[in-house]
Amino acid sequence: MTDVARRFGSVQALDGVDLAVAEGEFFGLLGPNGAGKTTLISILAGLTRADHGTARILGHDVTADYRFARRNLGVVPQELVFDPFFSVRETLEMQSGYFGLRENGAWIDEILHHLDLTAKANANMRSLSGGMKRRVLVGQALVHKPPVIVLDEPTAGVDVELRQSLWGFIRKLNRDGHTIILTTHYLEEAETLCGRIAMLKAGRVVALDTTHNLLAQFAGLTLRLAASRVPAAWQPRILRQDAGVFQLRLDSYAELETLLRALRDEGIAIAEMALAETDLEQVFLRIMKNPDAASVPLAASVGVPQ
Amino acid sequence: MSGIAGHGWLTLLYKEVLRFRKVSLQTIAAPILSALLYLLIFSHVLEGRVSVYGGRVTYTAFLVPGLVMMAVLQNAFANSSSSLIGSKMSGNLIFILLTPLSPGNLFAAYVLGAMVRGLVVGLGVFVVTLAFNPQLILMPHPLWALAFALAGSAILGTLGMIAGIWADKFEQLSVFQNFVIMPLTFLSGVFYSIHSLPPFWQALSHWNPFFYMIDGFRYGFFGVSDVSPWTSFAVVMLFCLAISATALVLLRRGWKLRL
Repeated sequence: MTDVARRFGSVQALDGVDLAVAEGEFFGLLGPNGAGKTTLISILAGLTRADHGTARILGHDVTADYRFARRNLGVVPQELVFDPFFSVRETLEMQSGYFGLRENGAWIDEILHHLDLTAKANANMRSLSGGMKRRVLVGQALVHKPPVIVLDEPTAGVDVELRQSLWGFIRKLNRDGHTIILTTHYLEEAETLCGRIAMLKAGRVVALDTTHNLLAQFAGLTLRLAASRVPAAWQPRILRQDAGVFQLRLDSYAELETLLRALRDEGIAIAEMALAETDLEQVFLRIMKNPDAASVPLAASVGVPQ
Repeated sequence: MSGIAGHGWLTLLYKEVLRFRKVSLQTIAAPILSALLYLLIFSHVLEGRVSVYGGRVTYTAFLVPGLVMMAVLQNAFANSSSSLIGSKMSGNLIFILLTPLSPGNLFAAYVLGAMVRGLVVGLGVFVVTLAFNPQLILMPHPLWALAFALAGSAILGTLGMIAGIWADKFEQLSVFQNFVIMPLTFLSGVFYSIHSLPPFWQALSHWNPFFYMIDGFRYGFFGVSDVSPWTSFAVVMLFCLAISATALVLLRRGWKLRL
């Protein structure tokens, strides 16, 4: 994507996004609600048109060369949508047919098997549970074997067991060479699965790096502290505050002693305390709170990693 | 890649046909029953009281082609419009929009699907009403009847497509159906010959493209019509081209489909 912008009325959904994902990557697209993730995906999929800039899939422009671009892309939409007239197998067969694929039964059977839907192949879509409908959406995105797969919140509403089996299947596809682009609110999923992550805020990319670098960049500790207040000098370190529970960022274990001393000096009683190493959620919160905190120069990291 | 266009739109056409087949009681049997009721009631009340084509044709026989064509038109419209608005409302239209199908592919599949339903219902109405007028099977110009049925169903299928794209909810579609399609159909001569109308209404009827579809279709059954079948065919084809071009432009622009 090069300098992609899109405005809806007074809202600038995307504001000059530059992004490149390498073939075979497992790429995460993170951001709060309204950050522009779905708009970005919609532009890639040809569902929304950019006001400015270009988007390409494996070199094919999504507007000028849309047939080839869409042939190379599979999208799992965020909304749980389905056609109530048809069975699971009919749904997959027709989706396959729209892409001009005949005799695709073997691959459809394999998809049904991997998504644990074989027993429901002839059931009407209306009769499926939410989790099953979600898996059919995944199946529809995969039915034409696209090299690039976009998953927009694929595990929302899916129970833990099914989520694990779904990720097992998606990982296998990635190992087989498929490029995966994932948006999710489950940051531990992104941390575990994605090799590289872009964070969006208000339509702009505010962080873009490998997951490892993002975590290393914000190496440190998160202290969960239940107390009446936090000493004034430590106020800038507050990541989150919720009903007398503060999450504070510490750069090292040595800082813990400094904080404890400050609490003692000000006579603040500790009701509860827990210490954890920084995870992607903490990195995400810090970057969203202060986008300039992403010290990796974006211009240098926009391109595909070598 | 060469197979993308060829097979893809045929699958969409198949899906459109399968969709109405799965609810055939509602989409095929119900409109046939409605047409039959129209025939029973109108022919019972008006037979012998209304003279058409100078008395050469009984009112019941005159009514049958009108009812057949009305069924063709209304069901062609209903198929494409309800399919599109249903897919839009439930959000599953995304599965079509994500595919490599071109605007021309979408147009062909939705319109042909609508034509199939219109023609199936029309044929059903014709077969059922033959019981009352078996002589109608001996139509003098069946190709004219077929040509107008095909063109009429294509036009209404296209109009249904435009309405389905335009409407954001079922209520808007209902407005289009009740305030545009229904008046144009009922005021087109389904139940009467326009020669029985006062001059003003006769003149006004000539501005109604639906009149030409029904009048031309009726010519196929009786060899007589209010205007020449060639004139009717020219008007119908021009209308068909104009409405098709409009639909294709809307699809190409992604109007109300691609944001």
